[in-house]
Amino acid sequence: MRRFAPLVALVIAGCSNAPHRTSSPMPANTAAAPRTQTADQQGVHALSRLTFGARPGDLERLRAMGVDRWIDEQLHPERIDDTKAEAWAGQFEVVQRTAAQLEGEYQNPGALVNQLAARNNGGLTREDSAQLRQARQNLRRIAEEVQVSHVGRALLSERQLQEVMTDFWLNHFTVFAGKGIREQFYLADYENRVIRPNALGRFRDVLGAVAKSPAMLFYLDNWESAADSARPRLVNVNAPAVRRAVQQRFPEVANPKSPAAQQLQRRVRAGLNENYGRELLELHTLGVDGGYTQQDVINAARALTGWTIAGPRQGGGFQFAAYMHDAGEKTLLGHTMRAGRGIEDGEELLDIVARHPSTARFIAFKLARRFVSDTPSAALVERAAATFTRTDGDIREVLRTIITSPEFFARESYRAKVKTPFEVVLSALRALNAQPDKTPRTAQLIAGLGQPVFGHQTPDGWPETGEKWMGTGAILNRINFGLVLASGRVPGANPMTFPGVDMLRQAPRDQQVDAVVGAFLGGDVSSVTRSVLLTGKNPLLDAAGGAPTATPPADEPMMMPPATPPANAQPAAPPANVMPGAPGALPPAMRPAQQFAQARANAPLPPLRGLAQVLGLALGSPEFQRR
Amino acid sequence: MQRRIFVRNSAFALVTMGLSPTFLRRTALGMELPRAAKGKVLICLFQRGAADALNVVVPHGDRSYYALRPAIAIAPPVRSAGGAGAIDLDGFFGLHPALAPLKPLWDRGLLAPIHAVGSPSATRSHFDAQDYMESATPDNKGTSDGWLNRYLATSRTCEACTPTPFRAVAMTPQTPRVLQGSAPTVAMNSVAEFTVRSGGTQAAELEALYRTGSADLIHGTGTEMFEAVRMLRAANPQRYQPEHGAEYPASQFGQRLLSIAQLIKAGVGLEVAFADMGGWDTHVNQGGATGQLAQRLSDFGASIAALTTDLGDRMQDVVILTMSEFGRMARQNGNGGTDHGHAGAMFVIGGSVKGQKVHGRWPGLAPEQLYEGRDLALTTDFRAVFAEVASKHLGAIGIEALFPGFAPGSLPGVLG
Repeated sequence: MRRFAPLVALVIAGCSNAPHRTSSPMPANTAAAPRTQTADQQGVHALSRLTFGARPGDLERLRAMGVDRWIDEQLHPERIDDTKAEAWAGQFEVVQRTAAQLEGEYQNPGALVNQLAARNNGGLTREDSAQLRQARQNLRRIAEEVQVSHVGRALLSERQLQEVMTDFWLNHFTVFAGKGIREQFYLADYENRVIRPNALGRFRDVLGAVAKSPAMLFYLDNWESAADSARPRLVNVNAPAVRRAVQQRFPEVANPKSPAAQQLQRRVRAGLNENYGRELLELHTLGVDGGYTQQDVINAARALTGWTIAGPRQGGGFQFAAYMHDAGEKTLLGHTMRAGRGIEDGEELLDIVARHPSTARFIAFKLARRFVSDTPSAALVERAAATFTRTDGDIREVLRTIITSPEFFARESYRAKVKTPFEVVLSALRALNAQPDKTPRTAQLIAGLGQPVFGHQTPDGWPETGEKWMGTGAILNRINFGLVLASGRVPGANPMTFPGVDMLRQAPRDQQVDAVVGAFLGGDVSSVTRSVLLTGKNPLLDAAGGAPTATPPADEPMMMPPATPPANAQPAAPPANVMPGAPGALPPAMRPAQQFAQARANAPLPPLRGLAQVLGLALGSPEFQRR
Repeated sequence: MQRRIFVRNSAFALVTMGLSPTFLRRTALGMELPRAAKGKVLICLFQRGAADALNVVVPHGDRSYYALRPAIAIAPPVRSAGGAGAIDLDGFFGLHPALAPLKPLWDRGLLAPIHAVGSPSATRSHFDAQDYMESATPDNKGTSDGWLNRYLATSRTCEACTPTPFRAVAMTPQTPRVLQGSAPTVAMNSVAEFTVRSGGTQAAELEALYRTGSADLIHGTGTEMFEAVRMLRAANPQRYQPEHGAEYPASQFGQRLLSIAQLIKAGVGLEVAFADMGGWDTHVNQGGATGQLAQRLSDFGASIAALTTDLGDRMQDVVILTMSEFGRMARQNGNGGTDHGHAGAMFVIGGSVKGQKVHGRWPGLAPEQLYEGRDLALTTDFRAVFAEVASKHLGAIGIEALFPGFAPGSLPGVLG
């Protein structure tokens, strides 16, 4: 850093009059150090970090309010009218209905095929096939609505910080759409009823809601985790009432002597599944170095036995099944849970881990890394963790500590984060004031850049740091996305919609560059980048007398895929060797990148000219990859 | 990360002094194009999610195996009817029946399974265990680079060879942990997609954007990318036909191995390739001879078999190394699946392997033989296998620097 010191000093000196404060309440512990970003930078910075990108006019509105008042408003989403986004998302059935309702209404094609086959000695009648086809169509529509409603709300919502935090928690408590067919019924419920309402609430509340969500219970297998056979249970599993309850939970098991019924009986009879217990401690609360042992993992899993999903006929949703619960005594992280208890074991476990000092540090660190930089200072994490402890896990206040901090508004934080693929696509669409796409094609674009919605398989979630996203192939995909968008091939996103575009079309190149830089790059690019946007030439190479090396050969392929598949293209079939419901069976909207490859041969892209060319370059520029 | 910051700052300082940016960025960022060595290729394939090694290389001769897994065990070969049993290898071990495409490789002496191999770390976390295996430093999370990148960064380069950005390629959307580090590598979804899709002159203008400005992570990565696109286009691997009747599965994994074969045959200097495959975390209903695990293995085996068929005689210079972060519990769980375990199995495939032998000492599956009373015990450290492949196949020197804190003792003897 020594080499930078004079430069930093200059910048600080040059903008000493810039940072301004409003009368907003500021936590005392942030008042010490000055903000080293200029006032202009603070506005651009806040919009780039606390929203999915500035829309036309957003920066002007923020400046009129003052950045601190604007932040305070975003911290209180309940005070922001969001009718438009609510109405848009509300048109989708997956948003209107709960997980239990969807699961009760629609047949699971995986279970249905077994049922039908059992009824007809393995064969399917024509009616059976039609029924199965319908069930699969319904499931595909549900899977698409999950993606479409998620992307559309992130695009439209006025409560942008709440959306960013929803994204944060969906990644912290990640679940995977390809886990199995049933997960599809649960995802929108998880986003809309479990995560978003708690996104700025108390950590214990979001943790508890997640622990009882069908989405997480299914993803990390806790719904099937029962006391090991040697352990005492609250209810004798052989009692007739329990047997009936088991059969009710699994309505597809009509005949108690069927193999499926016997398999279920075995499941319920024995089998601790540690999966959720482990990830609860490692990834959701204490963190991997948070000071727990393998015995703590086992006892966490034991405390959570019986936390399961009710069958559709029982109303679906969370259920505590006493006959699965391990009622023995457990010790965990120094606490003892006495024998003979039920659901309160799990509740106490969540209380313990939600208030553990390691959890405060872990959540504070992850939030600081998300909002400030890939390597947040220990001092900031410590202050945020202290807020977490002082407020009993009030996420809004922890966030306030972070996003009003001098570190957040430090010059080193400006454009220090690399956008995720989701942020790349959303920020481009928002800059264009694009309308949400009712088809899954925008979601497919995001998947094509490497980040399918609900598509991260392992429970650690998407990476947060820049070097994980900046592979050579990744940057190529981003550049190609910019070219696709500038060519007008992204549904719902007419690239020629930003303010003043009609006049700009015929305007001189420098005015076009200014307008595009204003809309997409916060009005702030280096003179070098501006010069390249203006001339398409490499000024440093020219100055050094070197020959440009970037000239493409004459045989440059003139082929370019559209973002939109040809009208007659069938959605890609699942790989033949992936069973429905098996891990890895992704819904069509999430299969990454296939649309890029498939359509290459039959969709030439016309060369970009004029304003569209400036736009394609801006979207492909290094600055646009940052926030 | 620390190194990157350092070089970025020093490079930036030099730019402001008005020196030639092209020369500067490549040296200051440590991005001099590497030179592929010796024509040898290592292909590493990672099974993410912890493959159930006991059902992949089946110890059908171990009585305890069947007692531990009443519902999911693979039947012994003698009782196999209609291909449901294990495919016998040596009278004690057999391949899962879905791995039938690999049996011809065994018969030709090209396939060397290693059993009871893995990480000495006791962790049962996917993320830690993958991290340890990719960094090759178990129980040390402070390692910033992956072991394959360390190899690239420290090995002697061939001064006579042509510089290539494709010395190390990951067929993955993002650079995997194992290839992260100071040496330049390339990540892509497929060869076909690896081009700037510009109908006009934007490719050149975009390149100018990345060649100018400050030399940081994004500019550096972008500059590498433009170099790479140009080179691959010159090699023209777009018109590719697999040879020797090889048929790759249409799966993502199969198509990624096809792309690796394309790169090898395109002569772009590929030395280290990586691909991965998910879906191995079979906590529930993993099945036996058929079912979930069988389907993953079917894709896995058919893809590798197609790659070896396609490469033909080139397999003399190729080693394929498969790995997974750990094995799974010896005993099936209550959900017809298996929970996280300890030691696992690897395959080493190539013309130079000591074939027709299942390598590694078998620790047994009797209760007192299990690790922590539940998992297959470890008898071979995965780093010993990596070290043998790196030194004997790639000619790496300085094994101590490649695997810090590890003294291999005697190598497992998988390669001739």
